[in-house]
Amino acid sequence: MVMETKIATDKLRVSFGKVTVLKDVTIKVHRNTITGFMGPSGSGKSTLISVINRMIDFENNVRIEGDADIDGKSILDGSINPIELRRRVGTVFAVPIPLPRSIFENIAYGPKLKGITDRTTLHRIAEDCLKKAFLWEEVKDRLSTSALKLSGGQQQRLCLARTLALKPEIILLDEPCSGLDPISTAKIEDALSELKSEYTIILVSNNTKQIARISDFSAFFYLGELIEYNTTDKVFTTPAESKTEDYIQGKFG
Amino acid sequence: MIDRAVLKEQFVKWVLVAFALSSLLFLFLIFAFILGEGLPLFLKVGVKKIILGMKWAPTKGYFGIFPMIISSFLVTVGALVIGAPLGLSCAIYLSEYSGKRMKILLKPAIELLAGIPSVVFGFLGVVYIVPLVRNYLGGSGFSLISTSLVLGIMILPTIISISFDALVSVPKTYREASAAMGATKWQTIYKVIIPSAKSGILASFILGMGRAIGETMAVIMIAGNALKIPTSLLDPLRTLTGNIALELAYATGDHRLALFSTGVVLMIIIMVLNYIANFGIKRKIAK
Amino acid sequence: MRINPRITNRLVRWGLVAQAYCTVTVLVLIIGIIFFKGFPQVNFAFIFSFPQDMGRHGGIFPAIVGTIQLALLSILLATPLGVGTAIFLTEYTRESTFTKLIRFGVESLAGIPSILYGLFGFIFFVIKLKMGWSLLAGVLTLTIMILPTIIRTSEEAVRAVPRQLRIVSYSLSASKWETIKKVVLPAAMPGILTGIMLSIGRAVGETAAIIFTMGSSLRLPLSLMESGRTMAVHFYILAREGISMEKAYGTAVVLVLSILFVNIIAYYIMNKAIARYS
Repeated sequence: MVMETKIATDKLRVSFGKVTVLKDVTIKVHRNTITGFMGPSGSGKSTLISVINRMIDFENNVRIEGDADIDGKSILDGSINPIELRRRVGTVFAVPIPLPRSIFENIAYGPKLKGITDRTTLHRIAEDCLKKAFLWEEVKDRLSTSALKLSGGQQQRLCLARTLALKPEIILLDEPCSGLDPISTAKIEDALSELKSEYTIILVSNNTKQIARISDFSAFFYLGELIEYNTTDKVFTTPAESKTEDYIQGKFG
Repeated sequence: MIDRAVLKEQFVKWVLVAFALSSLLFLFLIFAFILGEGLPLFLKVGVKKIILGMKWAPTKGYFGIFPMIISSFLVTVGALVIGAPLGLSCAIYLSEYSGKRMKILLKPAIELLAGIPSVVFGFLGVVYIVPLVRNYLGGSGFSLISTSLVLGIMILPTIISISFDALVSVPKTYREASAAMGATKWQTIYKVIIPSAKSGILASFILGMGRAIGETMAVIMIAGNALKIPTSLLDPLRTLTGNIALELAYATGDHRLALFSTGVVLMIIIMVLNYIANFGIKRKIAK
Repeated sequence: MRINPRITNRLVRWGLVAQAYCTVTVLVLIIGIIFFKGFPQVNFAFIFSFPQDMGRHGGIFPAIVGTIQLALLSILLATPLGVGTAIFLTEYTRESTFTKLIRFGVESLAGIPSILYGLFGFIFFVIKLKMGWSLLAGVLTLTIMILPTIIRTSEEAVRAVPRQLRIVSYSLSASKWETIKKVVLPAAMPGILTGIMLSIGRAVGETAAIIFTMGSSLRLPLSLMESGRTMAVHFYILAREGISMEKAYGTAVVLVLSILFVNIIAYYIMNKAIARYS
């Protein structure tokens, strides 16, 4: 099977002030796969994500060296418009944060920014995205109620649906299930498995079992370095590095 | 398309910068025009003759405002003598003693008191306090004591709400530590809480003073507006603010300039007070 | 002789309670007197008819209209300026010498007593810009006067909007201004409205700054360049010149009631917002 590269970084180095949090990371993420990023906190996996969606722009005192590109084009280039980039790279955060509006308005937020104003089109997008996020059945009769009234698990699936409404090519999920119960987690995982045929997905998680369950490739980060990167099968059955093995077996983390 | 979006962002940013600068522009204009009108007379007549001059007869060339400076000072101190202890007690009661229900009732009540226009205070002062003073203490009733009383009530909300905030922000651990050492509630308040909230309380007094010294319409109605230094609590007096408001409508030439000179003196006093208050508050935050 | 600390404690407690109740009593008395004496004066004709004989007879209709005109127009000018400044201070800059300078300006404006605003408005708008005693001069003076209140309350409200909401909006491909317009301002709206309401209250109750800029004409101002009279100014003139105590009380009731009304709305909005965020 020949894998096409979607996202690639080349000796990517990120520092906040004097602290270097990503140390010369070179990685290729393949199209239409789920790639799991794992590692203890402070390993730099979330920082890597924030480079890919350029949310790192909102941090102070950042220095970035090396390069990162999508489809062979640099995303750190000055000519890249981060707003355009974020339409292609959707993000779901660890804590579900619905905007204080209705369920429908939450999903319509991104499309409206693109200039889509037609109600029927927006409703079709909402239905489509909510179905993909496995939330449609639960909310189809109350799209105009406040998103804040949903349960935590529902809110996180709403955030996923909201990201899908941007029609991105890449979806970044930063520990999306850290605050959720097992049933909600399972629903998110089911949704992700279905979505990978259309999107390139990066899943950051501390939960190694979750990575093993649903990702095709796994990367292990430790103190800002990429220690090991391979198919999930190989990483979990015959890890090349002893640190990876220790982490997977729960000896630290 | 992209360029237009970027341009719009830039445009919005510069509009907002302009809005933010407007406050500075207004401040500059106020300074420029009050100083511009008020300073020439100081140069022409002499600072000493205006600030220390005893006689105010602007149409005859006498521009002395010393009695008004003293009067403004006296009513302000008078207001503080009445407002400070009452206001501080109220704040202490609210923060340390009152139940939650009382707090919910009292706080809005005090803020509503702050919203009542000063002319209403002045009017009630004329109708109720002036006759009271006249009948029981003597004189005309339009006096230092009536003015101080009304101003004292007017500055209560300022003193209460700012002192209250200062008292509430004293860490709970201080109270617990003091109580653990066997102190009664009042000993804790007196020896621990008030000293730690000191700068906030002082700031509330100074802001109250600022409000009292700047008050105009209520003062005109009650003070009697006589042109001499009061020698007793029952004497009438004229403040700096009253002087401006009483004569501005018809003053011309040097007379009008003299009113702006009065404004300059008032502005300097207010600025010094504000500076002290801000300094006090900032030091508290720094701590 | 040393007094037993527990007795002192109890004495102090009663002293404080007494003073607190004293303060409340004063408030109740002030409002009570105004209402008791004023309400008999207020009726349909008082509100909707023109004053006669300097206000000795008739109603206060022009003063009510003048007050509304003045308050609304000043709010209309001060709100964009104030909210814009607040957004600039919170969203577009980090703390710097420049923001400190602007904050200094705002604080200084807030500390200037109203008579000095009157003095400034008189020399600048009325005389130098040749507006004469007019609604326009009053509106512009009052706009500057209420600006600090609006800036401070708006800034607090904008600052209280959680950072995460902004991050989410950016991640959904919104630009800075879109984020401010669609997420930050709606979330901060209750706080901003509270500030606006408090400013209206201040505009309605102001006298010293108005009387020297807007003048005190008893006619209804039909254009920006005409003089007019607010309820507060009308009340002041009735009371100070001893024209009519009855009418003064009547005006005071309408004046105080409208300020109470505006303040209560402000309180209501604020409490609702607090309930929503906690």
